[in-house]
Amino acid sequence: MNEKAILELKDLDVSFRTNAGVIHAIRGVNLDLQKGETVAIVGESGSGKSVTMKAVTGLLDENATVNRGQIHYRLAENGKEEIVDLLKLPKKELRRRINGRHIAMVFQDPMTSLDPTMPVGKQIMESMLLYGGRSREEAKARALELMNLVGISDAEHRMKYYPHQFSGGMRQRVVIAIALSGDPDILICDEPTTALDVTIQAKILELIKDIQKRMGLSVIYITHDLGVVAKVADYVNVMYAGKIVEVGNVNEIFYDPRHPYTWGLLTAMPDMDTDDDRLYSIPGSPPNLLHEPKGDAFAPRNAFALAIDEKAEPPLFKISDTHYAATWLLHPDAPKIEMPPELQARLERERKEAAKYLA
Amino acid sequence: MAKYIVKRVGLALITLLIIVFLLFVMVRIMPGNPFPSERMSAEQIANKRIEMGLDKPVLVQFRDYMVKLLQGDFGKGTSLYYGAPIKTVLSTCVQNSFRIGGLAILIGTAVGLLLGITAALNRGRFLDGFCTVFSIVGVCVPSYVFLIFLQYYFSYKIPYFPYFFDANRFLFSSILPALSLSLFTMSTVARFTRNEMVEVMDSDYVRLAESKGIYGPRLIRRHVLRNALIPIVTVLAPLIVDLLTGALVVEKIYGINGIGKLMVDAISGEGVDYNYVLALGILYSALYIGIMLAVDLLYGILDPRIRVAAKGDA
Repeated sequence: MNEKAILELKDLDVSFRTNAGVIHAIRGVNLDLQKGETVAIVGESGSGKSVTMKAVTGLLDENATVNRGQIHYRLAENGKEEIVDLLKLPKKELRRRINGRHIAMVFQDPMTSLDPTMPVGKQIMESMLLYGGRSREEAKARALELMNLVGISDAEHRMKYYPHQFSGGMRQRVVIAIALSGDPDILICDEPTTALDVTIQAKILELIKDIQKRMGLSVIYITHDLGVVAKVADYVNVMYAGKIVEVGNVNEIFYDPRHPYTWGLLTAMPDMDTDDDRLYSIPGSPPNLLHEPKGDAFAPRNAFALAIDEKAEPPLFKISDTHYAATWLLHPDAPKIEMPPELQARLERERKEAAKYLA
Repeated sequence: MAKYIVKRVGLALITLLIIVFLLFVMVRIMPGNPFPSERMSAEQIANKRIEMGLDKPVLVQFRDYMVKLLQGDFGKGTSLYYGAPIKTVLSTCVQNSFRIGGLAILIGTAVGLLLGITAALNRGRFLDGFCTVFSIVGVCVPSYVFLIFLQYYFSYKIPYFPYFFDANRFLFSSILPALSLSLFTMSTVARFTRNEMVEVMDSDYVRLAESKGIYGPRLIRRHVLRNALIPIVTVLAPLIVDLLTGALVVEKIYGINGIGKLMVDAISGEGVDYNYVLALGILYSALYIGIMLAVDLLYGILDPRIRVAAKGDA
């Protein structure tokens, strides 16, 4: 682990036992998170992004098995730093030492993620009282502070409110306040804006960004919304069928994507500046991981698939120090294939526009 | 909240009044009457009718009945226990049925909750399957079959418990009938608790509680049970009424002088006893309405979502 890294996933491999058989959901994922950075994991539903983060927080369902891999976390506790493998910690210890106090989570649907029978103030204070070594008054003061921080006015009064007395956006603010209540180092946001109104989405993203800066948090975003990624992320991991197929910094992914799947995702983003009135979507659907895919899992949906894609899984090819992609198109012997011209034109236009703003 | 309660109680009383009226009329319409025609001449019957006021218009009869009822007087038996005030007979029966029923509710709820919680905490494992099978058997086997089974093993094979109810050894002789009556409640509560808990344990808010470091007994108590047990109150209410109002067959088999037995006697005796049928009907209805009302109010206390809505209502 390098010195700035706070979290490192190494060759994580997870499968689920179901009635239909064993589903191999995560097939060797590597991921790095540096202190203070924002990393996004992007992919379609079922690509394994949420499962990966559930493994980090110890929230995997009971039918899950971790086959391989490590999750190294730089644990700073009582002034000492040590590197622990989160997968090796017993569940009880994980809850006591890591969850909330070091790694906290913001969930997707604020309508269902708050306990309906507990006032929100109490939900924010709960783990502070359990672990924080704070008195009731101190915990209450901190909860008020957090509610103000996440933009809930009249906090003193609203602490006593139950979740159903809040709107969706307000509830998500409460969820964020709960996540912050243990002073974590890492905040994992699992599609934090998907269930919210578009107008609220931007506000919540701004809020998380602002808090990140103030508290020096490292943030992991799980999302399928590339618009969100462009706004918040430093690094992007594109995930497909339980594997990371392309990783790079945000500029590399948005202006110089190399994997045909990333091309597809970018083309599928709605674009206002085009005369084309057809919205592109990637043909087909992700593979069923009940059956181990042969060769490149994306090949059946890939218009640029090569013969070798049917036979062997591509390794990650290095493009720059930060940019890697797992596609045979990057092999020196592969035919020269460029991204589709529509996408190229679009990225070119966006790049110019961005330059205009910067100038 | 006070206004809301007053409104609900008022509504309950009006409902009860309507039920009493319907019962009163229906008892008089239904086939059969208090007079065994094979033993009484037409003249005797006519005299008796006048004596009991049955010759007057129904509405007048109802008014007279209500005036007495409001003073707590259920009248006298018209054929059953001829001449004795209903209140005296009823109070003995109510006492017996309530005590045994109460015991059955206690056993059923306590064991049912325990079974349900155990099953949910061991989801998918042996104990879960065992509880499921037990619940299904418990719902399917009629209580009197279970009672006969218990009598066979614990009164005959191992002569420990008495064969029949004995008012002098009340608690001891109540155990077998209470146990057999509790079986249905036990199974229903166990199954319901298990399913509600499993659902709550899969909920997002329990995930969130875990993600902030809550685990073990505190997680189960404060986040899982607190939410899972609210709907159980609604399932429990009709079961409670059922048990309190006695069990026809179990009371008959175990020789318990209870409400269930009284009801059967009042209808199938020498003649249909108008006043007993009425008194028992009113008792059933009042119990049912009362307990349902209590549950609604209790629900408001347990579930903050309803509490606030009720406040807004009033």
